[in-house]
Amino acid sequence: MNSKSYSLFLKDFKSELRTRYAINALAMFIIVAISVILFSVGNEKISASLTGGLFWVVIFFTAMSGLSRAFVSEEERGTALTLQLIAAPSTVFSGKLIFNIILVFAMNTVIAILYSAMFEAFVIQNFALFLTSFVFGNIGLAVSSTIIAAIIAKAGAKGTLYPVLSFPILLPLILTSVQLTLFAIDGISFERAKFELAIVVSYDVIMLTASYMLFDFIWKE
Amino acid sequence: MTDYSVEALELNKSFGRRLIFNDLKFKFDKSGVYGISGPNGSGKSTLVKIIAGILGASKGKIVHKLNDQEIAEERLHDHIGFVSPYLVLYEEFSTYENLKLFAEIRGVKFNKERVDYLLNKFLLYKRKDDLLKTYSSGMKQRVKFIFALMHSPQLIILDEPTSNLDDEGKNSVYELVREEGQKNIVLIASNEKNDLELCNDIVYLEKYKN
Repeated sequence: MNSKSYSLFLKDFKSELRTRYAINALAMFIIVAISVILFSVGNEKISASLTGGLFWVVIFFTAMSGLSRAFVSEEERGTALTLQLIAAPSTVFSGKLIFNIILVFAMNTVIAILYSAMFEAFVIQNFALFLTSFVFGNIGLAVSSTIIAAIIAKAGAKGTLYPVLSFPILLPLILTSVQLTLFAIDGISFERAKFELAIVVSYDVIMLTASYMLFDFIWKE
Repeated sequence: MTDYSVEALELNKSFGRRLIFNDLKFKFDKSGVYGISGPNGSGKSTLVKIIAGILGASKGKIVHKLNDQEIAEERLHDHIGFVSPYLVLYEEFSTYENLKLFAEIRGVKFNKERVDYLLNKFLLYKRKDDLLKTYSSGMKQRVKFIFALMHSPQLIILDEPTSNLDDEGKNSVYELVREEGQKNIVLIASNEKNDLELCNDIVYLEKYKN
């Protein structure tokens, strides 16, 4: 990642502030998803392990509602060609990835804060483990969402294709992140969670490497 | 004179079973204005996209050279300026913001003098701080010329360059094509008689349909 990628990220950031393409969709989805869970739970007491699972369900569907914008908005507005004319594919991917990483962290931090406030059972015993899994989970989510967004941006039924294609790709990450969140809720030590942590870190490395290798072919018509 | 050259080596492009052109060969190695002509659907835009490295060829390749050194595909955008009706700039930014962002993303210094010269040439200087979405289609077409020329490219590709332009805009384009054709390679894809009259040499795409 270099200054060109950072400039592309800044372009996306400024553009997002003016158009509110992704922010509005994400904010609405976070509020709606948490409200729906609250209404459906009602006065029932839900277990801590269930809140851990639902936490990642909210994250997954919120990501599906907003993270595709990085590439879809360029294709829909016809500016993808402009990007092809001013930057190398690796610059474009890096710029979009920085944008999505920041968006994912902002989005998931808001979800975590709201979730903690709304669900009494969602109490983290091992905060360091939760934070580690949260960071690596978010990176994996951002990398996967970015490359899938690039793939579906050129397709016709973008809205349907994004969650359909994302589900199998994100499944190993989501399952492992749910497990790590449950460990953090139960107060399990790093030592006992190292296998799951290794899976999440490996997932991030594999997805990042594969994405950079594939992006050239995806980006060029 | 330019040290830039662009050469098509047995180029073939098909979309599915539909052949666009076959065994296309040309070499432009001297500064000047060159044309690509053919009826609607003959593949003019497809060819310029392949030359610009945006679209892949089915067979054959395009070789870009600077000082006899082949330019890597990922560096091609530094040497090419591209204008077309289907090129879209960012409407939520002003002309000046667009151009600054493009310079930053390209990794080149924003040449204010050159940009101001081009803005004046295309009669947009007074509107440079207005959002692009407030521009007419003709004004947007003029901004595309500034976008294509701001980094002083050696190969300027113009796909239907005078579409949406009034007479004043067309004259600015013709003047600019003549000026750039003295020192760089200018490639015009068009059916317009006036556009093609500027060209030293023309590739007729209907000859490459078999």
